[in-house]
Amino acid sequence: MNTPLRRLSSVVLLLFVALLAAASYVQFVQAPSLNADPRNVRTLYREYGSFRGPLIVDGTEVALSKPSDDAFGYQRSYPDPEMYAAVTGYYSVVVGRSGMERYANDLLNGTSDSLWWDRFQQLVAGKDPQGYSVELTIDAAAQQAAWDALGDQRGAVVAVDTRSGAILAMVSKPSYDPNDLAAHKTSTVNERYQALLAADGDPLVNRAIGGDTYPPGSVFKLVTASAALQSGTFTADSALDGTDGYTLPGTRTVLHNFGGGACASSGKISLADALRISCNTAFASLGNAVGQDALRAQARAYGFDTSLSVPLPVTPSRFPEGLDDAQTALSAIGQGSVRVTPLQVAMVSATIANGGTELEPYLVKTVRTPDLSVVSRTSPTTLGTPISPATASTLTAMMEQVVTDGTGTAARIPGVTVAGKSGTAETTKGAAPHAWFTAFAPADDPQVAVAVVVEHGGDAGSEATGGAVAAPIARAVLKAVLDR
Amino acid sequence: MATVEPTPVRSGRSGELGLLILALALGLSAYALVGSTLDGRIPGNFYRDGGIFVVVTLLTHAVVRWRAPFADPVLLPIAAALNGVGMAMIYRIDHAHADADALAGKQLIWTLVSLAAACAVLVLLRDHRTLRRFTYIALLVGVGLLVLPLVPGVGAQIYGARIWIHVGPMSLQPAEFAKIAFAVFFAGYLVTNRDTLTLAGPKVLGLQLPRLRDFGPLLLALGASLAVLVAQRDLGTSLLFFGLFVAMLYIATERSSWVLIGLGLFAAGAFVAVRAFPHVQARFSSWLHAFDTDTFNAVGGSGQVVRGLFGMANGGLLGTGWGEGYPQLVPFASSDFIIASLGEELGLTGLFAILVLYVLFVQRGLRIAIGTRDGFGKLLAGGLAFAIAWQCFVVVGGVTRLIPVTGLTTPFLAYGGSSLLANWIIVALLLRISDNARRPAPLPLRAHGPAAEPASARTIELPRPDRAEPARQARGGAS
Repeated sequence: MNTPLRRLSSVVLLLFVALLAAASYVQFVQAPSLNADPRNVRTLYREYGSFRGPLIVDGTEVALSKPSDDAFGYQRSYPDPEMYAAVTGYYSVVVGRSGMERYANDLLNGTSDSLWWDRFQQLVAGKDPQGYSVELTIDAAAQQAAWDALGDQRGAVVAVDTRSGAILAMVSKPSYDPNDLAAHKTSTVNERYQALLAADGDPLVNRAIGGDTYPPGSVFKLVTASAALQSGTFTADSALDGTDGYTLPGTRTVLHNFGGGACASSGKISLADALRISCNTAFASLGNAVGQDALRAQARAYGFDTSLSVPLPVTPSRFPEGLDDAQTALSAIGQGSVRVTPLQVAMVSATIANGGTELEPYLVKTVRTPDLSVVSRTSPTTLGTPISPATASTLTAMMEQVVTDGTGTAARIPGVTVAGKSGTAETTKGAAPHAWFTAFAPADDPQVAVAVVVEHGGDAGSEATGGAVAAPIARAVLKAVLDR
Repeated sequence: MATVEPTPVRSGRSGELGLLILALALGLSAYALVGSTLDGRIPGNFYRDGGIFVVVTLLTHAVVRWRAPFADPVLLPIAAALNGVGMAMIYRIDHAHADADALAGKQLIWTLVSLAAACAVLVLLRDHRTLRRFTYIALLVGVGLLVLPLVPGVGAQIYGARIWIHVGPMSLQPAEFAKIAFAVFFAGYLVTNRDTLTLAGPKVLGLQLPRLRDFGPLLLALGASLAVLVAQRDLGTSLLFFGLFVAMLYIATERSSWVLIGLGLFAAGAFVAVRAFPHVQARFSSWLHAFDTDTFNAVGGSGQVVRGLFGMANGGLLGTGWGEGYPQLVPFASSDFIIASLGEELGLTGLFAILVLYVLFVQRGLRIAIGTRDGFGKLLAGGLAFAIAWQCFVVVGGVTRLIPVTGLTTPFLAYGGSSLLANWIIVALLLRISDNARRPAPLPLRAHGPAAEPASARTIELPRPDRAEPARQARGGAS
């Protein structure tokens, strides 16, 4: 009976080898997908039960984890919730996460692969994985100024550092209180979340980089002017047709200027003056003179139709395809189907300010360990050069005139030269237009660029123009940054 | 004439003591770690409970020294290690359920009872061959134990399976004990009838088939037990008995045709069961489609297995550490799914260690069978060792989704008095058989008085030089 016993012991070994293989498969091969399974509450517990790094603005925590007495052990809290909600987003056990809480999650919870060397050192040192502190590029003064200046109006403000691409301010209104969603009681959080989803004005949407995006109106004339100057056919002094009406080619629709009338008594107007007073008829004809392909190419060079993450995902701004001449004319003045995010508009200004080189916008300044030593620091990255330095300086001069003697006088700052462009974007018929303003300063040594949109004219309603409603907000933000 | 110097047989008792101390240290440090992680201090009853466990284990070791001095030195430490680690995990899960000590305390009492029973077996059963006298009584006892849960008033249906009986305040799973009874019956029956089973009978397609009258009682025993088990909806035990039956039949007859017949019967049985019984069908489909949302959420669906897999995945390679995971999220985390709990907190590494302990245990058991002289002992030891291996395979395979889940407990680790008691009795039986196998037979020269023997006179002259084992040499010399 010994032979079958020996064979049986081989069978037993085989059985256990199968068990070892099965256990290895589960705990090693299949483990990542099992850990990611939404039904796996362990991931939640591990995630919420461990210390999460704070989000820091100018040395102050704007999102932090405090020890709590319940099952999770930590409670996420936002000391200045509404003002920073567009950036921080929320961190909820019940409804997930958004904003930096979502897109910097692997840094905040300490699992980021990009920091593998630091994590490896921790492992060797026998330390538990730790959440990293993420220091944001946001400038508290600029954020506060943008928040205050926008007041109760709906809209968004974005400011970027023209020399690095760092995002200095990002405000979206209406806002919400992320603390409401960070609570741990499922029923309460669900109720609040449903209320926010249903709320008028979509407070959960970050209008600065996403949402439905906006028609840019006349701020798009910066792109049209860029294309014209880049083509080499036009200069700042090129004479354009600034009549009181421009019949859209192939239609009977006549495009008028804002407030009616011709842009110049002679009917001819220079490109610089057309931008200064935001002459629609001149830019509409210029659009067709440049052509839709050149316009589209210029828009794309600025970043239209390209996805971007800062690391929050930015909805690509759109320049439509397959236009006829009428639509090209409308697109050239930022109407029709052109759509932009405020961040994209700020990037256009920042590129002009930066001599034609476009820098990638970013929100993470440094990543630090709990003992505050820096493990990673973002360095500026060039996205491209949409315009030449010559075009950039021409446009700068043209934009300065907008503020000194044009539609953007409300953005003037004593002692500082400001370059800007207003926009008043028609939306649906009967609704008040969106008020836009984008600017950078100082024009001779640019530091900061800003874009402001106030939906449907804000408090001014149908009487609103970009120069009247949005320019003062842009001015406040620029001043806050320059006064540092 | 060759002369052979018989090497003195080492009892292995000091080795056993050393291993036992390691095993106890493993269990106690696990217990202390659970407390220090969850409460920041060692558990309140650490010295009392740990002390009890140490004392009864060492007492068992003493009984082995006294009654089975040549027994295998590895079995007791492995069983004690698994038992200790299991209790630490049960305590840890009790703690997570804020029900400190509920099951762990009971398991400690059961450990005491089991070790006492093991000692009793060692003391009372001086020679395992005595059991052969009870071959048919064992059959009756086995069948009786299986039927017991169906008897109104005694049996109880818990979690859909009617496999429990109430004895006073306790509930017992008689099938665990039936396992031993059937092993004794199969061993006794097969050792008597192996020749007729093997040789007499028609040959069909090259397969030697047994005569029905030889095979009848076996088939009857097995069929009855399987029928009862299907009626009780306890697939795990049914599978366990089937494996035990086929393995012992193979050991007895040395014919692989029996294995083929066994596998054929199993395939047919499985096919019929899947077709005929909705609950078997549900088990099967929840195995194949475990991750489907419907299956996951269904009552009795794959939720338990998948939650167990989540736990094991959470443990990864190195585990979360004692008290750092969430094993309590898996239903039956301290009994049927204790392997998933251990996989989570000790990781793949810890799970490997545990499985290797089982492999060592079973391989020692099979070696005992090989080293035993009598056929009954061979069959009994081989059958019992294989039963442990097979039970592990069925339960761990179920938890790791290698095979469908069936309700069985992990030997020594899982919470459950019946299982613990039955498996410790198996340890005692294996110790007893190994003691008989390794014990040097009284030397013939002792007849002249051992005290008068000069050391050189202990050489034995053998009739023929062969490679017989020391035990056989001694016997050869004696005859």
